[in-house]
Amino acid sequence: MLLELQDVTLKYGRIEALHGISLQVEEGEIVALIGANGAGKTSTMRAVSGLNPLASGKIVFNGEDISTLRADLRVIKGICQSPEGRGVFPGMTVRENLDMGAYTRRDSAGIAADLERVFGLFPRLLERAKQAAGTLSGGEQQMLAVGRALMSRPKLLLLDEPSMGLAPMIIQQIFDIITEINQQGTTVLLVEQNAQQALSRAHRGYVLETGAIVKAGTGQDLLTDPAVKEAYLGVA
Amino acid sequence: MNFDELFGHLGQHTVDGLAKGSIYALVALGYTLVYGVLKLINFAHSEVFMIGTFAVLGVWNLLGADGTQGVAMTLLLLAAGLLGGALASGATAVAVERVAYRRLRQLNAPPLIFLITAIGISMVLSETFGIWQGRLVVGMPTLIKQKVAFTIFGTEVTNTQLITIVAALVMMFALDQFINRTRYGRGVRAVAQNPDAAALMGVNKDRVIMLIFLLGGLLAGAAALLYSVRYGNTRFNVGFLLGLKAFTAAVLGGIGNLRGALLGGLLLGVVEVYAATLTQSNWEDVAAFVVLVVVLLFRPTGLLGESLGRARA
Repeated sequence: MLLELQDVTLKYGRIEALHGISLQVEEGEIVALIGANGAGKTSTMRAVSGLNPLASGKIVFNGEDISTLRADLRVIKGICQSPEGRGVFPGMTVRENLDMGAYTRRDSAGIAADLERVFGLFPRLLERAKQAAGTLSGGEQQMLAVGRALMSRPKLLLLDEPSMGLAPMIIQQIFDIITEINQQGTTVLLVEQNAQQALSRAHRGYVLETGAIVKAGTGQDLLTDPAVKEAYLGVA
Repeated sequence: MNFDELFGHLGQHTVDGLAKGSIYALVALGYTLVYGVLKLINFAHSEVFMIGTFAVLGVWNLLGADGTQGVAMTLLLLAAGLLGGALASGATAVAVERVAYRRLRQLNAPPLIFLITAIGISMVLSETFGIWQGRLVVGMPTLIKQKVAFTIFGTEVTNTQLITIVAALVMMFALDQFINRTRYGRGVRAVAQNPDAAALMGVNKDRVIMLIFLLGGLLAGAAALLYSVRYGNTRFNVGFLLGLKAFTAAVLGGIGNLRGALLGGLLLGVVEVYAATLTQSNWEDVAAFVVLVVVLLFRPTGLLGESLGRARA
């Protein structure tokens, strides 16, 4: 077990956003978290990456309790998140953004190899290496956010809405690359509103509703589940 | 209005303004660094500068400076003063952050609370020195006798003006390189541009914040040395007016923008000296703050108008 959330609750002020979430991610999997706006998908991500403290519950990563570990130290443990809304550093060049992904690393040979790998996955980023990230298109920024997260060589890659606001063709391309990254050995926890794409790529999935998990299963099971179909896949 | 004097010696007054503005610029960098990352106006920064001047004085007294020493001793006193001023100011700035602001950040306090705390800390430090060192102007030994270093296009540049301007430019350049070219500098820019994303890349935000307070403090300490050399005195409230002017300089250039702080500082120094020349010094301070009001009215983002986040080489 690479990641396990045990009965995690999370509060913004007095409002409870997550009411006891439990989920597991095995090494090598793609796990998708689907749900409507406000269901708690992003809150779950922020709990795992450490941006928001837990109100209660426990997060175990690689056999270690990281529930109270600072966000920047979780990166060193091997968790890296591509945040919702991409979160690139607009005033830095594409190359500097990628260097930020490797901020915690000192092995320059490994960093150079990973940079080559990212440029291999996203040739577009190589073309734009010297351009300020704020001037990239939405799709390019998304590629940069994913590439930047990969630069930390994470054991677990967290992707928050990688398809948000992108054209269908680009979405296809991003998901192809996510599958490729996974096949190269990185475990992926993915949050998506695009349930069709997410579940068809994922080994397993969880359905979140108003801060609680209401369904779990393999990607295929969830894709064919009548309730999931009706609520998230736009099929009656 | 004494236009004859101003335009008769325009070069002289400009150099004088640049020297004065160099000191503003160094202090302005401290405001702008902190604002760029925390969106906080650290009003206690004026006292960070004030403590630097007292540290310079203390070091000089300790080493027995009396204005009669030779060249080697003068250089030693300058170096020791720089070290003492920078260390005292740097330590003060870091301590202020640690004692006052970090706790407020953890509590997620609203911006107004930070501002009130900043003003409170400023008063506590200044009044403490008022009690400890007295409320009168404290004289310092004259370390460097003013003399003309060189003449360019009929404008005489004195040795202290030269030292002040060159030192400020060198430090500005070093800071710019540090922020734009090093790994730590990149971490600072990352926190300024997107604090959450920076944390997700493994940047320790608290350490970055400590770093910018330290850098701002070190520069204020250097400014304190240059001020001591140039004016030869200090006082418990020396930071008040100078701090406000440095803040004005930072806003003028575009607060959060390092190069803006330099530009704003130099410009404000020149404006002040011109105004002082025209009005026998009566309207010097008025001119400085009229500049602030005008900038806020017509170009609230300042002349260069970028944040630390977007400012780049």
